[in-house]
Amino acid sequence: MSHIGSYEERVKQFDWSLSEKELDYQSGNIINIGWYCSDRICRMGKAAKPALIWEGSTGIEKRYTYDDLRLCSNTIGHFLRGLGVQPGERVCLFMDKIPELYIGFLGILKMGGIAQPLFSAFGDESLFVRLDNAQTTAIITQKKHAPKVRKILDKMPYLKHIIIVDADPAKPLLDREVAFDLDQAEKIDAFEIHPTYAETPSVLHYTSGTTGQPKGVKHVHYSLISQYLTAKWVLDLQDSDIYWCTADPGWVTGTSYGIIGAFSNGVTQCVLDAGFSADNWYKFIEKNRITMWYSAPTAIRSLMKAGEEVIKKYDLSSLRHLASVGEPLNSEAVIWSERVFGKPFLDTYWQTETGSIMISNYPGMKIKPGSMGKPFPGITATVIHPETYEPFNETGKIGLIAIKPGWPSMMRMYWKNEETYKKKFQNGWYLPGDRSSIDNEGYFWFVGRDDDVINTGGHLVSPFEVESALLEHPAVAESAVVSKPDFVNMEVVKAFVTLKPGFVASKDLDLDIMNFVRKKLSPLAMPQEIEFIDSLPKTRSGKIMRRILHAKEWGEEIGDTSTLEND
Amino acid sequence: MDEMKEIIKAYVIKEYVEDDTEVTYDTPLISGGIVDSFSMVSLKRFLENKYSISIPDDKATPEAFDSVNKICVLVREFVKE
Repeated sequence: MSHIGSYEERVKQFDWSLSEKELDYQSGNIINIGWYCSDRICRMGKAAKPALIWEGSTGIEKRYTYDDLRLCSNTIGHFLRGLGVQPGERVCLFMDKIPELYIGFLGILKMGGIAQPLFSAFGDESLFVRLDNAQTTAIITQKKHAPKVRKILDKMPYLKHIIIVDADPAKPLLDREVAFDLDQAEKIDAFEIHPTYAETPSVLHYTSGTTGQPKGVKHVHYSLISQYLTAKWVLDLQDSDIYWCTADPGWVTGTSYGIIGAFSNGVTQCVLDAGFSADNWYKFIEKNRITMWYSAPTAIRSLMKAGEEVIKKYDLSSLRHLASVGEPLNSEAVIWSERVFGKPFLDTYWQTETGSIMISNYPGMKIKPGSMGKPFPGITATVIHPETYEPFNETGKIGLIAIKPGWPSMMRMYWKNEETYKKKFQNGWYLPGDRSSIDNEGYFWFVGRDDDVINTGGHLVSPFEVESALLEHPAVAESAVVSKPDFVNMEVVKAFVTLKPGFVASKDLDLDIMNFVRKKLSPLAMPQEIEFIDSLPKTRSGKIMRRILHAKEWGEEIGDTSTLEND
Repeated sequence: MDEMKEIIKAYVIKEYVEDDTEVTYDTPLISGGIVDSFSMVSLKRFLENKYSISIPDDKATPEAFDSVNKICVLVREFVKE
């Protein structure tokens, strides 16, 4: 029997207090996610239960019980406090998916800090704008990523501590660096957890918008109420489950469901810190007897691409429930997974700002392949007219997805950017920036983004950021960045570029520009294709008409070109 | 062949390794997390430019790019003798 049981009954009787009661939380009480994810599970008699089973790329494995999770997160919290890091200060986690990332996240929350996880493949420029915006005090990283921090250190006087978790004892530490070895550190059994409350900031995740710099999405400790219950009902986390969330905690899925949802439910979680290969993934499922698998359409399509022969090599019979997030899950992928695994991947829809699943398919509910599903109980979601912001009265109309604010894990603010935050609300609705329709049975059907943001492999990339980086390349005069279709990643970054006098388009220049953006921003932001052109389409007032380039890539109608400069 | 290995290894170190991580001809590049799936596109582009070849997408798999040795085997398929 699934935790959610009847979706319709849950919707009728829903109240968030149900989650509060299960977590023994009452309004006004202290609520600390770090404590809920470790100490509380130990107090429930599960101290010896495996919490985290981690495997690195070389096959090395580490195991942590819930008591280890408690002790190790205490130890990291104690270390940070000893350095002088104060409650409310931002502590960045800039690491691969190693145990210190997961445990460090809890340790930061326990000492009252705000965890700021950042994707470890970010280049120095991407890292700098996010640390600078947050005025981050400390960063926990690995020696392999430390050079990127050192490169920008002079511009960050506020960054007092660079904590390296695998420092080489034979090499001297540099300015502001300190070594911390979790395995060797004396474990702290009694740690005074900082008294955080419902509205105390907990996590700062960065996401990209159409224009301007990335936005810091501020979440609070009360988000636990949503994350715990959605993990329980949508991912159907059962006490006996072996759970694998493939997301990187540099992004919100990796924290909301790769840390908070999993550990607050007391399940055993597996983490594979290795690059993608179908063989390795299936081997990991077989070896650990994974039962619940939460992944992403990009990964699923990569597995589809790898073929079905490889699946036959492994025993995947342990899998009982599959879910997906990050971008729309196409119907072919749902049908494929049902055929090869005997279970469909259930699509879930949410974003960094919502903090938890908003619209989803549920265990036991009729699945319509390609549909996003229905709103989570307690979530009021609809589709509204893009100009009047009024909900449509008829089904089947395409409009903006709109959600009634007020759920526990809703973002509380964009960090130091109230103006942009306010723009996310219209007529009493929160607007995630996506378009969809609703059918006559209440299922949502994703249509696309309502802006120019590129969703590549489930990660949002700002065309503005990529264009800005391109302009810093010595050969680039002007640039316009759009998405282009891609089977695996849904869409990828494509750049149109005009060159400065004296530069000639060539294959080597193309590669040089690609690598320039990759190192500066991230591999996700690197244009997968660069097209050199003589001039960009512009309006008579000089604004680049990205819409025309986008339409060309997607084979769509170009639309009104009356304002085109050279028309 | 050895020259090709050295060229590719040197390029991988220059472009994808931030610290002093040792890369050998057999170091797992993709499964080892040194080159991610997005960056594989730039590595493929380098090989195509350097050896004047075109590697079809269905041959540019994570498995085929997983070490310098494997990449050399792939490249040799397409290099005209």
